[in-house]
Amino acid sequence: MSEESPAVVVQDLVKRFGDFVAVDGISLQASRGEIFGFLGPNGAGKSTTIRMLCGLLRPSSGKALVAGLDVAREPERVRQNIGYMSQKFSLYNDLKVIENLRFFAGMYSVSAANLKERIDWAIDMAGLTGREQLLTGTLAAGWKQRLALGCAVLHRPPIVFLDEPTSGVDPISRRLFWELIHRMADDGVTVFVTTHYMDEAEYCNRLVLIDRGRIVAYGSPLELKLKSMEGDLLLLECDQVGKALEELQQAPEVTDAAIFGHALHLVVPQADRAIPQVKAFLSGRGIGVSRIEQIRPTLEDVFVSLTSLKGKREKEQVQP
Amino acid sequence: MSEQGNAIETNGLTKSFPGVRAVDRLSFAVRRGEIFGLVGPDGAGKTTTMRMLAGVLAPDEGSATVAGFDMARDAESAKHRISYMPQRFGLYDELTVDENIRFYADLFGVPRREREGRSAELLQAAGMAEFRSRLAGKLSGGMKQKLGLVCALIHTPEVILLDEPTNGVDPVSRRDFWRILYTLLDQGVTILTTTAYLDEAERCHRVALLHEGRMLFCDTPANLKASLPGAVLSIVCADPRPIRELLTGQPGISTMMIVGDGLHLVVHDPQRMVPELRSRIESAGLPVDTIEQVAPSIEDLFVEAVQGDRGGKP
Repeated sequence: MSEESPAVVVQDLVKRFGDFVAVDGISLQASRGEIFGFLGPNGAGKSTTIRMLCGLLRPSSGKALVAGLDVAREPERVRQNIGYMSQKFSLYNDLKVIENLRFFAGMYSVSAANLKERIDWAIDMAGLTGREQLLTGTLAAGWKQRLALGCAVLHRPPIVFLDEPTSGVDPISRRLFWELIHRMADDGVTVFVTTHYMDEAEYCNRLVLIDRGRIVAYGSPLELKLKSMEGDLLLLECDQVGKALEELQQAPEVTDAAIFGHALHLVVPQADRAIPQVKAFLSGRGIGVSRIEQIRPTLEDVFVSLTSLKGKREKEQVQP
Repeated sequence: MSEQGNAIETNGLTKSFPGVRAVDRLSFAVRRGEIFGLVGPDGAGKTTTMRMLAGVLAPDEGSATVAGFDMARDAESAKHRISYMPQRFGLYDELTVDENIRFYADLFGVPRREREGRSAELLQAAGMAEFRSRLAGKLSGGMKQKLGLVCALIHTPEVILLDEPTNGVDPVSRRDFWRILYTLLDQGVTILTTTAYLDEAERCHRVALLHEGRMLFCDTPANLKASLPGAVLSIVCADPRPIRELLTGQPGISTMMIVGDGLHLVVHDPQRMVPELRSRIESAGLPVDTIEQVAPSIEDLFVEAVQGDRGGKP
C-alpha cells in the first residue's frame, strides 16, 4: 500500500440476510492515521459493516478494500492486517500479563525475530512495566484495557477496530487510553471505533452515523454538531417540567422535547422565532419560563434527531 | 422514615470483600419524587450499594433505609414497596412479552383486575404495545431493557432501584427509557439509578459521583459543573499535537487532552487565556481554527477531582 492510498475504501457495500437488507449501499473512505467513529442505533448495520471490513462476512454486493486488500477475495490476508479489540477485551484472566502477550503474539504469527521487541513495546505502551508476572485477572480495568490494546496490535496492523473500547472504564484510564490511540494514529494506524457512547465519539476525527443500513450523517464531531441537526436546539428551564413536557407535545413549533434533570431540551425549526412562541404557549397554560436559550446540540442530540423516526425504526430494530 | 421527605437514606454504609473495600462509609439521602444517580466507573461501588439498598446484601457497617424500612433487618416487609432491577434482569427468553409481564405480576401479587390496565399503560409508554406477543429472546437490547423495566414496575412501587439500566442501550432507546422514568415521577415514585455513563448523570436531579467506594461529590449536575475550578477551552485545529507540545508547562493550564476536533484544556482564567493562547499558537506558525470556551462535562470534574486526589498524577 502506498503512503497516499486510503487505508479503507468502501463502495456501495450491501449485505442482505434473506430479504432483510442490513447494510444498504454504504460508501466511505478512511485515510491513514484517521480515527473513524461508527455510530448508530442497535441493529442499524454497524456490526455487519465492521464484520465485512474484518473479512468475517462476505458482502452481498459492492466492494471494500482494507489495507488495499479486497475483503471478498482475500479475507484471510485482511484478517492478518487488522487488529480487533472487543468490549470484553478477550484476555485470559488466569494467564499472566506476559503469557497473554505471548499467546496473542503466537496467534498473530509475530516472527521470533520481532517477538521480544514487540512484547517490550506493548508492555511499555500499556504502562505495565514491572507487572509482567501479575495474573491478568487481578489487574484494574484500565490496565486490562491497555493490555488488550497491546495484544490487538502486536503484529503492527495498519488498521485497528475497537468496539466500545472504554465503556465502564474510569475517566482517567479512559483519557490515557485515548492518548494511546491518538499516538497510534500519529504513527499512521487507522482506527475504527464503534460505540454508543457519545463521549467516545468526541475523540474521533470523523464520524459516520448509520441508520437502517444507510449513512445518514458524516463529518467531524464539531461539523455534526453545527450542521447536521434538523432545526435548532433550545434549553428551557421552567416550573412543572413534567407538565411542560406533556403540553409541549401539542406545540406546533416544537418537533422534539426531552427532559434533562430540571430542564428540557427542545428541537425547533428556528430558534429566534420559536423562543417567543414557546414562552407564550407555556404561559398560556400556566407554566412560568425562567430561562430559554439556544444551545449547541451535543452529539447525542444530533444522533437522536437523525435516527428517531421511532415507530418505524423500532419495528426494524428487532433482529430478523 | 428517619427524616421527613427522604425515600432513601444511607448512613456510613460500608462493605468489604476480600482485598477491597467496595463501599466506604457512604452517606446520602434521596428525597421523595427525585431521580437520583449513583455515577461512577466500574468498580466504584455502585452495584454493591444497590444490592445493600435492595436488601440482598448485608452491609458490614452503617445502615440503609428505603421507604422507611431498614433494609438490613426488614427487607422482606419492604418488598412490595420497592422495585429492584439488577443488571441482569431475569427475563424469560422463551416467554412472550405478555407472559413475562404476567409472570412478574403473579410474583408480586398484583390483582388481576389491575394488571391489564397497568401493563397496557407501561407498554404504551415503552413504545412496545405492538410487541406483546413477541418472544423476549427476539427483542433487541434496548427493548429487553425496557421490558425489564415494565416487569419491575408492574406492582406500582414507591421506590425504584435500577442498576445500570441503560448499559449497552443505544441513545434513542436510552431517551425512551428516561422518558418512562420521568413519567413515573409524576406518579410520586422515587428513582435511584446507577450509570457508568458520566454524561447520563445530566439526566438526574441530583447525582453522587463515586470513585473506589467513596463519594467524591453529591449535588445537582448544574452545580457540579459550576464547581469545576476553571473553565474548559476547546481549540479546534487539524493537528493538535504540536500545539499541545507548545503549551506544555504554560502556567494557567491544568489539563490538556487531544480530542477528535483538536484539543481540550482546563484553564484558570478563560477570558485572559483565549487571546493569549491564540497569539502564542499563531506566532509559533501553527494553524489553528477556533478557540472558545465550552461547557465542562461531569467527566472533566471527575478527572480534576481524582487527579487532585492523587497529587496531579494520573
